[in-house]
Amino acid sequence: MTILVLAEHDNKSVKKATLNAVAAAQKIGGDIAVLVAGHQAGEAAKAAAQIAGVKKVLHADAPHLADFLAENVTAVVLSIAKGYTHVLAPSTSNGKNIMPRVAALLDVQQISDIVAVESPDTFVRPIYAGNALATVKSKDPIKVITVRTTGFDAVASTGGSSQVETIPVPEDKKLSAFVSREVSKSERPELTSAKIIVSGGRGMASGENFTKVLEPLADKLGAALGASRAAVDAGFVPNDWQVGQTGKIVAPDLYVAVGISGAIQHLAGMKDSRVIVAINKDEEAPIFQIADYGLVGDLFQIVPALVEELKKAS
Amino acid sequence: MKVLVSIKRVVDFNVKVRVKSDGSGVETANVKMSMNPFDEIAIEEAVRLKEKGVATEIVAVSCGTQACQETLRTALAIGADRAILVETPSGEMSELQPLAVAKLLKAIVEKEKPGLAILGKQAIDDDSNQTGQMLAALLGWPQATFASKLTIEGDKAQVTREVDGGLETLSLKLPAIVTTDLRLNEPRYVTLPNIMKAKKKTLETLKPDALGVDVSPRLATLKVVEPAKRKAGIKVADPKALLEKLRNEAKVI
Repeated sequence: MTILVLAEHDNKSVKKATLNAVAAAQKIGGDIAVLVAGHQAGEAAKAAAQIAGVKKVLHADAPHLADFLAENVTAVVLSIAKGYTHVLAPSTSNGKNIMPRVAALLDVQQISDIVAVESPDTFVRPIYAGNALATVKSKDPIKVITVRTTGFDAVASTGGSSQVETIPVPEDKKLSAFVSREVSKSERPELTSAKIIVSGGRGMASGENFTKVLEPLADKLGAALGASRAAVDAGFVPNDWQVGQTGKIVAPDLYVAVGISGAIQHLAGMKDSRVIVAINKDEEAPIFQIADYGLVGDLFQIVPALVEELKKAS
Repeated sequence: MKVLVSIKRVVDFNVKVRVKSDGSGVETANVKMSMNPFDEIAIEEAVRLKEKGVATEIVAVSCGTQACQETLRTALAIGADRAILVETPSGEMSELQPLAVAKLLKAIVEKEKPGLAILGKQAIDDDSNQTGQMLAALLGWPQATFASKLTIEGDKAQVTREVDGGLETLSLKLPAIVTTDLRLNEPRYVTLPNIMKAKKKTLETLKPDALGVDVSPRLATLKVVEPAKRKAGIKVADPKALLEKLRNEAKVI
């Protein structure tokens, strides 16, 4: 078997999600090649060559690949895909954007968001917001797959020493153009790779309370900040904070849910966390059914008290 | 400009789904069905484009069993001008996978020649997140997935997308495919007069064969199980007790 993994990167370095996708490729078994498609992405390609278990790195470089436009990245993947039995990408916004385009042009039914590999053609994936797990077998000659990063422990980012091979880039499709990017500026760890996440829900009552009440706790714990869909819909915080079926899927070591009742759609995004703490005034809130530790009470008293206790210790 | 919107009938988002005891799937008999929430956002966006004078006609399309007619009527009540159902048989062989749906939609697009197609980013049943991208690929059109803002200027669509870590804006050459994310809009409530009006709008039915599309599934579902349940833990008395547990028992801080 020969497996191609589309790297998630920012032209300078390789994102951790790539390491999870390589881990899934290792479960399938076979020679693993990593494709770095970008612009002036030599550093990222070098970093990819260090990943443990990778046999070779293919580097496609062109100005029209700088912003990972789906039409142009798809053309690169298609130019080499026929040589592989499997084409994988992590389920990041890039992976989700690009891979179905690749699959359709290969006339293949993509397998989205796999969480386990049963055999080279059989995979497990969550459906209905993670309320059911389906085992599916693909009949297609090439398996096009996106990998839920929380389902596979990342391989080591170093220890490998594969060759970087430059490959030709198909010309610019000129169907779409990049205009601008607004990156949420934050000193905090990224939600999807944070070891600790502090999330707020409707119970936070306002966006201001996220800053005043939740941020000090996240600061003390070195945590990323997240939110439930209810808090996003209420306009308290931006959508890229959203944890859940329709937001980000996370699995940190510690997830602290503050003022979150625990709607199915939220649980779908965080129930694989190692340890879950729930702080909620409603003793009957569904979040307590999955929390390892629950604290019933007013979050506006409990959270500041927690921060005080943490200060004492440090 | 004609706008095409695709609609999927799914188990209502408020329903707690149950896995069938034989492991063949989830229980859908006697369960409340609704329009996929992201598709509702798609139809709402099309109606807003029409209200702005950008869209001239909205065609809602659904692929599935006869029951999808009801969902299409909802789309008509929100503001679609007419509807097309690509009807597939109900029962065991009824599963339509995203590639098949994308091929059916492609055939409809070739007939209808819309300037824009808006789809939900994912359906909340199979959570695939594929159809829009696949349709764009098969048509050779540009795509902007996970849209939170859409403006049409001349022969271009400017789309702001929800991406990891923030927002990104793209300019697409029309015709194009846009898939919706949550913040694009808040769909209106359907009013009774509009439900009545919707009953009089045209709903055309086609068969996949007539469109020359093979819809047989490529993925075989071997089994469906419930995920391992997390056990409820313990309640702690106060913040101090919580930190003690996190430090000494769970060892996470």
